[in-house]
Parts: sequence; structure tokens; C-alpha cells
Amino acid sequence: MTVTQDRAGQGHRAGLRERAASAAVERRSRWARRSLVLPAMLYTIVVTQIPFLVTIWYSLQSWNLLRPGSRHFVGLANYGSVFSQPGFRTAVVNTVEFTASAVIFSLVLGLVLAILLDRRFRGRAVARTLLISPFLIMPTAAALLWKTTMFHPVFGIVNFVLKPFGVGTLDWASKFPMPTIITVAVWQWTPFMMIILLSGLQSQSIDILEAARVDGAGAWQIFRHLTVPHLRTYMELCVLLGSIFIVQTFDSVFMITQGGPGQATTNLPYFLYLQAFRRFEVGQAAALAIVTTIATIIIATIALRVLSSLFRGEELAPR
Amino acid sequence: MSAVAQRERAPGRVAGTAPGRVRLGMGRLLAPTLAWIAAVGFFFPVLWMFLTGFKQEADAFTSPPKLVFAPTLAQYREIFSRGFAPFLINSAIATILSTVLVLALAIPCAYGLAIKPVEKWRDVLFFFISTRFLPVVGAIVPIYVIARDAQLLDTVTVLILLYTAMNMPIAVWMLRSFFLEVPRAIMEAARIDGASLRQELVRVVLPLVAPGIAATALICVIFAWNEFFFAVNLTSSRAATVPVFLVGFITSEGLFWARLSAAATMACLPVLLAGWIAQKQLVRGLTMGAVK
Repeated sequence: MTVTQDRAGQGHRAGLRERAASAAVERRSRWARRSLVLPAMLYTIVVTQIPFLVTIWYSLQSWNLLRPGSRHFVGLANYGSVFSQPGFRTAVVNTVEFTASAVIFSLVLGLVLAILLDRRFRGRAVARTLLISPFLIMPTAAALLWKTTMFHPVFGIVNFVLKPFGVGTLDWASKFPMPTIITVAVWQWTPFMMIILLSGLQSQSIDILEAARVDGAGAWQIFRHLTVPHLRTYMELCVLLGSIFIVQTFDSVFMITQGGPGQATTNLPYFLYLQAFRRFEVGQAAALAIVTTIATIIIATIALRVLSSLFRGEELAPR
Repeated sequence: MSAVAQRERAPGRVAGTAPGRVRLGMGRLLAPTLAWIAAVGFFFPVLWMFLTGFKQEADAFTSPPKLVFAPTLAQYREIFSRGFAPFLINSAIATILSTVLVLALAIPCAYGLAIKPVEKWRDVLFFFISTRFLPVVGAIVPIYVIARDAQLLDTVTVLILLYTAMNMPIAVWMLRSFFLEVPRAIMEAARIDGASLRQELVRVVLPLVAPGIAATALICVIFAWNEFFFAVNLTSSRAATVPVFLVGFITSEGLFWARLSAAATMACLPVLLAGWIAQKQLVRGLTMGAVK
């Protein structure tokens, strides 16, 4: 709508020229706009999409980088071996368990913290700043710190704090490997959930809340019937973005448990890393990558739908 | 504090303290106290890292943990004498150049998409975001092989190229959300004066969205600086970045906690500061501009 009016207006302003000339101008200006968008787009296509297409091609070949000349076409055989590999199933289960737990715990904690921060108190800005810090810490450094100074059986802070509760020199990373890396992930991702939910809380209309309060609604009723529905979209966003990022967790698995003990914490990214960069099985790693990607695309499609619902109606807005 | 007392007070608060939003019947002091306990708890590992970096190894490795000690800069001297500087420089180059490249490409793109009359602008936007949702592991194998064939393995160049692509969707989306806030009348006024699109962008719009560009740059810096997967797989000695340096501590120096903490502190500090500065914009960057 606006666009057509715009064009018409410009046409008038351009003076009483011929139709053809104004069409040429129009074409040129459309290309001017396209030329703004195209470089970034071409760059992104070249760097992100082409390797992905190449991955598909590689996945159809048997190819080990350590054995020159081993490369030949094998069709879908790699996919067969991906699914029949004993480690693959474990990796899928681990990935789901890790991602789901980390997302749920950090979402709940993030919600609690957001509610606590959604009111004025002395030093709120400082508390908020401290709370977002774990998200900013380099994941590699965070993993290293948790592995050593926090979770060390004898000298770690965690066992020191838990000593009064009868926890001795427990070696968390080998006795409870999955909870260990989940803890680190929750520590890192809670701030992410918190700041999104806090924005959600602060975008609530104060008038409506006050009206509900004047009408005699209790705090819990207000929370249950006004805040929760309002936060729904934000929570969906948290879960979807959180899953997409957390499913790709590599740093902490690599640094803390190396996927072990045994296969206890090997998730898909780490499993793929082992295939590609320890065994140099390019074909199999590529097939695995395709499978992982398809799984992620399914989640991502849902995520995109949520994002696009947030933007719904934007093009109709009279900007 | 009882719920009744609070409800009585509520009407009086309407005009005064604005965000008197959800209160789950919590006392006036309870919520702030809990918030502070949580804040200190969450921050503690970071604080501990910072403190441990100034300890002697003997003070770092004690049970119970030592809170009071004689601070020393020995660990910082030690990590630099072990060649930490080149890693820092590689990280800085990869981060800064990729951020510059991202902005150079994303600013015009976001602007073009914000003023809209590009056909299928919606598809373009969602194309960008979909690339961020694809798992990086999905493309690492060909990237490795292509980089190897192009003699780009173990160069900062390959990291710059990849980090640029990695940050592009976030930058485009975030910048667009800032451009949308520029009043349309200002842009149109510039166009009537006969300015071309590019002139309009550079002279009129950019100064208005400068804070947004700075925030976007900071977000890109955070992601590029912390990136590990590409760095560990595509670089080894010459182009290795800070996170790759930290990997060395897993095996060889895992017992030198003070030195490790000093290195981790150095690794985290730039981004921690950048994030603190940009914290108001952080949520916008992390949600691709969907949440402000």
C-alpha cells in the first residue's frame, strides 16, 4: 500500500515526464535498493550454503583423509552406517537429554530471576550486571574453570560448599558426568533466559496490572492470568533459541569430559568432531552432519514460525 | 509483609514508583535479598577466577579454599612469557576485522531491508536467520577441506571469513530493528532534497543509528571473541586464538590453577567489559531484534 503511494508520489514530484522515463528511474532505484542488500546476501550464500551443499556431496562418498586415493562414490552407504553405528544412538540420546535438561532448568531459573529483578531495589543494576556475566564468559574458559576450581574432588569449591551436607571428595565429572555439563550449561544459559523474560515482564502494560490490582486481584492471580499469558511468546522464544544454541554445545564437552567417561556425555557435535578430526572419515562425518542438520532444521522451522509471528503485521504498519 | 497490607498500599503506588509489577506476596526485603544471593552465586565462579589469577600456585591449591592471600602478578608474567601474546593478537585481529567486515556488509543490507521496497524482503530476512540456525558442525567438514585446498588452514583469514558469516544474520536483523526506529519522515526529507539512497544512508541515517551500530558491533565482538569450534578445528599454531590457548591447560597444565585462572581472566575480560557496556542492547542482539 504505502509503497505504491510512495511511488506515485515520487512520479508526480519527478515532474511531468514521460511514462517510460519514470519507469527507467523506477527500475534504477529498485536496483539501487537491491544493490544494498545483495553483497551481504551473496557473501552469506557463498560462505554458509555452499559448504552445506558440498557436505551432501561428500556424504555420498567413502573418503578418509589419511588414506589418499581412498575416495570413491558409495551412494547412501554412509547413511546406513551412521544409523547402525553403536555410538550414534547414544549420541542422539545424550544430546536430547542434555539439551532438554539444560533448557528447562535454565528457563525456570531464568524466570525466577527475571521476576526477582522486575522490581526496583537498591543495587538492582549491579545485581543484573553480575547475573548476566556467566553468559559473557568465554565458554572455553568457563568449562576449564568449572572442571578445575569448581568441580575438583579435593580442592574444588563445590565440594567445599557441600561438605556440611556430607559430600566428601566426590569426583563430579566422572561420577555424574551428565549433571556436571548440564550444570555448566545452566549456569551459562540462565542469564540468556533471564534477560529475555525480564524484557517480557517489563513490556507488560502497567495500566492493566494496576487495573487488575484495583479490582482486587491477588498477586498470584495477576501472575497466573495476566503475566503468564503475556510471557508465553517470550518463553517460546527462550526455549527455541536456547535449544538451537544448546544443542550445538561443544566447548564444555570437549574441555570437561571429552565425551566420557566411556560415551556418557558424547553429544552429536562431539561425536561428529571425533569422526571428522580424530578418524578423518570425511564421508561418514558428512553423512552424520546432514542427519544432524536435518534434525536441527525441524527445530529451526518451528523457531522461525515463532519469530515470524512476533513480526506479524509489521508490513501492515503505517511506517 | 502480608498480602492485605500490600494491596492497600497498591493504589498509592500508581503514580510514584513505576515498575511495581508482579509481586507474589513477597516481602519488601525478601525479593531483593534473594536477587542479591542469586547474583553473587552466579557471579562467584567469575570472581573466583579473577582472585585465583592473583594467587601463588600454593595458595590456589588449598583445602579449604583461601580467600585471603598475598596478591601477585607472577601468573600474568608467566603466561605472557609462555607466548600468550600471539594468541591474543590473533583473537583481536579475527574479532576486529570480522566485525568491520560484518558491519560493512550488514549496514547497507539492513538499511535496504528496513526501507522495504526490495521484493521479498521477508524471505531475505528469514534466509539470513536460517543460516544462523544451521548447526556449524553441518558444514565443518567441507570447510576444512576447502580451507586446506585453498591453503587457508591455520590462517587468521579463514577465521575472519567464517566469523563474518556467523555474525551476519544477527547484525542484519539487529541493525534493521534500529533502522526501523528512524522516523520515516527524516529519510523522506533527505530523499526529496535529491539525495541518493547511499547519500541518504551515510549523511542522514547513520548518525541517527550510531548507538545501534555500536551495540551491534559489540554483540559481534562477543560472539567472534568467544568462538571455539572453528578455531580449534581450523587453526593449530600460527593462527590459534585465545580459546585454543586455553585448551592447552586441560592436559599439560591442568594443575596450575593460578596460571590457568590468570589466562582465563585475560581471555574473558574484553568480552565481559563489552557485554557490560552493551547490556541494555544485549537482549535485542540475542533475539535478533525481536525483543527490545
